[in-house]
Amino acid sequence: MNQFQYVQPTKQKAAIEALVKNANAQFIAGGTNLLDLMKHGIVAPEKLVDINKLPLKKISHENSSLRIGALALNSEVADNKLVLAKQPLLAQALNAGASGQLRNMATMGGNILQRTRCPYFYDIALPCNKREPGSGCSALAGFNRMHAIFGYSDKCIAVHPSDMSVALAALDVTVVVAGPQGERQILFTDLHRLPGDQPEKDTTLTRGELILDIIIPDTPFAQQVHYLKVRDRASYAFALVSVAAALATQNNIITAARLAMGGVAHKPWRLSETEKSLVGKPVSEKTFQEAAEIAMRGAQAFTHNAYKLKLAPNILVEALKTAAGIA
Amino acid sequence: MEKAFFDQDNINDSLDRVDGRLKVTGKATYAAEYQLPNIAHAVLVTSTIAKGLITALDSKQAERAPGILAVISHVNSPGVPAYGSSPAMPERATLGTPLRVFHDNLVYFSGQPVAVVVADTLQRAKYAASLVKVQYEKEPHQTDLEANISRAALPANVQRDKNSRYHDYDRGNPEALNTAAVKIEATYKIPTEHHNPLEPHALIAHWEAPDKLTLYDKTQVIKGTQGNLARAFKLPIENVKVQAKFIGGAFGSGIRVWPHVMAATLAAKKVQRPVKLALPRELMFNSVGSRPETIQKLSIGATKDGRLTAITHEAIAHTSTYEEHTERTVLATRVLYACPNVRTRYRLVNLDVNTPTWMRGPGEVTGVYALESAIDELAYALRIDPLELRLRNHADSDPEKNLPWSSKSLKECYAKGAEHFGWHKRTLEPRSMRQGQFLVGYGMASSMFGVHRNNAKARAVLQADGKVIVQSATSDIGPGTGTAMTQIAADTLNISPALIRFDLGESTLPDAPGQTGSTTVSSVGSAVKVACEALKQKLLQLAVTSPHSTLYNANPADLSVADGRIFKTQNPAVSITYTEILKQNNLPQLEVTEESKPGAEWQKYSMSAFGAHFVEVHVNPITGEVRVKRVVTCAGVGKVINLKTARSQSIGGIVGGIGMALTEESVMDHRFGRYVTADFANYHVPVHADVPQIDAFFIDEHDPHVNPVGAKGLGEIAIVGVSAAIANAVFHATGKRIRNLPITPDKLI
Ligand SMILES: Cc1cc2nc3c(=O)[nH]c(=O)nc-3n(C[C@H](O)[C@H](O)[C@H](O)COP(=O)(O)OP(=O)(O)OC[C@H]3O[C@@H](n4cnc5c(N)ncnc54)[C@H](O)[C@@H]3O)c2cc1C
Repeated sequence: MNQFQYVQPTKQKAAIEALVKNANAQFIAGGTNLLDLMKHGIVAPEKLVDINKLPLKKISHENSSLRIGALALNSEVADNKLVLAKQPLLAQALNAGASGQLRNMATMGGNILQRTRCPYFYDIALPCNKREPGSGCSALAGFNRMHAIFGYSDKCIAVHPSDMSVALAALDVTVVVAGPQGERQILFTDLHRLPGDQPEKDTTLTRGELILDIIIPDTPFAQQVHYLKVRDRASYAFALVSVAAALATQNNIITAARLAMGGVAHKPWRLSETEKSLVGKPVSEKTFQEAAEIAMRGAQAFTHNAYKLKLAPNILVEALKTAAGIA
Repeated sequence: MEKAFFDQDNINDSLDRVDGRLKVTGKATYAAEYQLPNIAHAVLVTSTIAKGLITALDSKQAERAPGILAVISHVNSPGVPAYGSSPAMPERATLGTPLRVFHDNLVYFSGQPVAVVVADTLQRAKYAASLVKVQYEKEPHQTDLEANISRAALPANVQRDKNSRYHDYDRGNPEALNTAAVKIEATYKIPTEHHNPLEPHALIAHWEAPDKLTLYDKTQVIKGTQGNLARAFKLPIENVKVQAKFIGGAFGSGIRVWPHVMAATLAAKKVQRPVKLALPRELMFNSVGSRPETIQKLSIGATKDGRLTAITHEAIAHTSTYEEHTERTVLATRVLYACPNVRTRYRLVNLDVNTPTWMRGPGEVTGVYALESAIDELAYALRIDPLELRLRNHADSDPEKNLPWSSKSLKECYAKGAEHFGWHKRTLEPRSMRQGQFLVGYGMASSMFGVHRNNAKARAVLQADGKVIVQSATSDIGPGTGTAMTQIAADTLNISPALIRFDLGESTLPDAPGQTGSTTVSSVGSAVKVACEALKQKLLQLAVTSPHSTLYNANPADLSVADGRIFKTQNPAVSITYTEILKQNNLPQLEVTEESKPGAEWQKYSMSAFGAHFVEVHVNPITGEVRVKRVVTCAGVGKVINLKTARSQSIGGIVGGIGMALTEESVMDHRFGRYVTADFANYHVPVHADVPQIDAFFIDEHDPHVNPVGAKGLGEIAIVGVSAAIANAVFHATGKRIRNLPITPDKLI
C-alpha cells in the first residue's frame, strides 16, 4: 500500500478542487471497495478525499420524485420508509447485495461506482486492460464464468457487479453530479459505459465530478416490481445473473415495463426493446417468454458462461411473473 | 442401546467449553497477537510464474523505503543449515524434498515465496514489498491435472515402501465386474479445495539467542514443528520452543511446517528481532496446502437383488513436483461393503503447484464421495431404495483385513438417522417430490473414518489446594480438546471438572502427536486417562500406607473414590481427601507422567467409526440453485466425551460438506498456473443462509478395544460422505447426476 494523504473537506467545492488539483487524488466514501483495491495494489491514489463530511445523506420526496443523497448508506436506503413505499425495487436490489455489515458502510455513490470483480482485474500479476490499458484481456480466453454476454469488446469482457445499479437502470433514474464546471444531470443509463477500446473507463463522469444525488421519478411501474438475483450461495455473493423488472398493468394488459439485467455486461443492461415489446400485451407466461427471447438477442457467451444464455431468460420470465403476481 | 445422556434435551449436562469465555471475550491470544518488544513485520514477495528461474531480484528501491530493516531472498538468506550450502548451479529438488526457502533461484509454483521484506510496521513492509522487482526466466509449466493424466503414476514413496497401503489392490476376482447382472460405471471429480480457516496462518519467530528459537505459530503439530525446526537449523531440540495455545480453525492447513514459517524464521535471524508474519487471504491459497484435485473412476457390479459382486475404484490426484502427498482416497472402498471382488488403484500426477495436504476427512472424504455416489447410482439401476441397498451389503467384519470390528453401529446409525429424518416418506423415482415450485430430493450416504492412535504422554499434578493440572503438548484447532481432556481427567480422578486445569499448546509440555486424523481423544485422551489413573493409584497407595491415614492398612479393593475423597465402600464415613493425603505426607504436590501407546489390540481388531447422513434439498428448476433444507446425521464414534462439543463437530462437518458439495472450488488459470478465485468473494464457503437445521445424533458405542478412553474420534468422519448425500439428494430432486463438484447453478440449469 502506498503512502497517501488524506483530507476530509466539509465543502463540496473543496472536495472537487482537491481532485482537480491532484490528478492522483480520489474520493472515498464508505471505502468498502476503494480500500480493497488499494490493498491489492490495483489503484494507488496519492490523496484520499473523504467526502463523508459533505451533507449528502438526505432522502426526500419532492416534485413527484424520490431524491437520495450520494452518501446515504445502502442499509439506510433499503430500510427507509419513503423508499419502501415509493421504490420497493430499489430496496429489494440493495438487500440482495453484499452483507449487512457492508451495507452499513457502503454508500449510494460508492455502490454505483464500484469496480468490476473480474479476477484478472484483481490479480496484479496478470494482464488486464481495465487495470493496465494495453496489457491484454486475460478473461477472454481464461476463466470467464462470471463474464459478459452482451456489449463486450475484445478489450474487456468484465461485468459491472452492482445489484443496486440494476434497479436504478430500470427506474428511469437521473444522477445529479457536480464538477469543476458546475452541476449537471445524467441519465443513469448513460452513466456507465461499455468497454469499447477504453475498458479502463467505467463511466462517462469527468475528472473531479462528484455524485450528489440520485433522482427516481414516481412512475406507474414502481409497485409491480421484482429483483431476482441468482448467485453461487444463498447470500453474500455477486450475481451470476440478476433481473430488475417493473410493470404497470391495466385489466391484465401491460401498459408500461422496465427491465434491466445484472451480471451480463460492462454496465447494468437495460432492455429497452424488450420493454417496448411488452406494452399492450396481456400478462401471461407466454408474453414473458417472448420478451425473454427478444431480451436475449445478440447475446454471446464464452467458454465458461454459456449457462447465462439459459439462466438469464429463465429468470427474466420469473422476475416478470413475480412482478405481475402470476408466479 | 441409548442412554438418557444421549437425549438431545440433556445437552446442557455437557461441560461448557473451558476456553469458551476467553474466546468470546477476546482474551484468547492467537499467534499473531503476542506482544513482543521490538517486534518487526514481514511481508512476503511471491513468484508470479509457475516454473522457471529468478534471473534478477532488485531490492534497492525497497531497501531505501522508510522503516525498512531487510529484504531477504536467496541472494542473502542467512541460510538453513539442513539445506546445505547454496549450489553454484541450482538443481531441481528430488521428489520428497520440502521446498527450500530462499535456497536457490528456482521457482516451483506460482505464489512461492521469493523474498521477505521486513520493516518496523506492517504498512511499511507492505509498501516496500511492492517495490521489490523480480525478473524471471520462464519455463513451460504443467498445472492441469486432466491435461497431464497420462503421466499418472504410482507414487514413488509407495513404490519404495512395500508396506504402503496405497499399492495396487486386488481382492478376489475384480474381473467379475464384466459378468455382473447389473453394472454401473462413472467418473467423479472434485476440484482443488482450500481449508481457509477464518484465522489466516500467522507466526512470530523470535531468536532469543543465536541458538535459541521460539515460535508463536498457528500449527496443529507442536512437537512436530519443534522437531522440524530443530533439525532444519541444527539446534538441540530443547532450544526450540513452539507455542500455539489458541487456533482459529485449521482443518489440516496447520499440519506441517510451510515455507512462510521458514521465511519468517530466516527473517528473524537476519534482523535479530522478533518477526511477525501473517498471510493475507490471497496467500492462503498458495502457502498452506489444499485438498488435491482428484479424478475417480468407480465401477460396481451387482446381482439383480442388489448383492455387490465387484467394485473397482481408480483415483488420480495431483501433487507438487517436489513432494508426494498421498491420502486414503481408495481405502474405504475396500471395507465399507461386503464385496468379494475389489480392485483399487491410486495414482499421482506431479504438477507445478505447491504441495497439497490433508484437509478435513482427508482421503476418505474424497473416496467416499465417489463410492457413495456410485452406490446411489446403482440403487437407481436396481430400483432398490438406497438405504436398503446399503443394508444388504453391510460388512459385518472387515473384508480387507478379515478381522472383526472392535465395534460398529452403522446399522443403528442408518436406523436412527432414517427415523429422525423420515426417510420412509421418500419416493423412489427421481423428480417425483415437489414443494411449490421447488424440486425436492432426499439423499443419504454412509460415512466412515478409520480409528487412528499414536503414542502420547500426559502429566497430572495434584496440588495442595486440591486442584489438578494436567498437561500435554497437544493443540486445539477448535474441537474443544481442553474441554474433553478436562472431562476425562475429572472422570478418572473422581473430582469436579472445576478443579482441573488442562494445559496444551506448548512444546515444553509432555510429548503429544499433532491434532490430526481424529487422533487426539484416542491418543492424548488415553494418556490423560492413564496419567490420572496412575495419580489416583498413587493416592490410594499413600492412603493405605501412611500411618496417620484414616485408611491405614485398608485393603484397596474395599475402597471407593468420589469427589476427591477415598472412603471405605462399606462405611463411607471412614475417608480421607486427596489434599489430606498430601498434607499428611508433607507433599507440596504429587506428580505423575505417563505414556499411552497402541498395542496388540490392533492385530486383533479392525477399528473404524461409521455413520450416516440424511439430507433434504430443494432445487429451483428455473435458476439451478440448490438449498440444503435439513440434515440428520448419526455416527457411532465410541464414547462421546462431551455431547455439546461433539454435536458442534458434527454440525461443522456438515457445513464443510455443504461447501464441498455446493460451493467450494479453487479454480486455476492454467495459462498462468495461478488461482483466479483466491479470495472470499470468489472462493465460496457456506454462509449462514446456506446452513439449515442440522440434527446430530450419536449411537452410544461401548468399545473396550480401541483405547482406554473408548473414543474413536469424530472430527474427520463428520464431513465424510456429506457431499455424496447432497449430490444424491440433488439427483433425486432433479434426475441430473452432477459428477463434478461443486454443484453450482450453472451445472443444473
Ligand atoms: C465482500 C464484498 C461483497 C460484496 N457483494 C456485493 C454484492 O453482492 N452486490 C453488490 O452490489 N455489491 C457488493 N459489494 C460491493 C459494495 O456494494 C461496494 O463495495 C459498495 O457499494 C461501495 O460503496 P462505498 O461507499 O464503500 O464506496 P467506496 O469504496 O468509498 O468508493 C468506491 C468508488 O466510488 C467513488 N465514489 C464514492 N462516492 C462517490 C461520489 N459521491 N461521487 C463520486 N465518486 C464517488 C470512489 O472514489 C471510489 O472510486 C461487495 C463488496 C464486498 C467487499
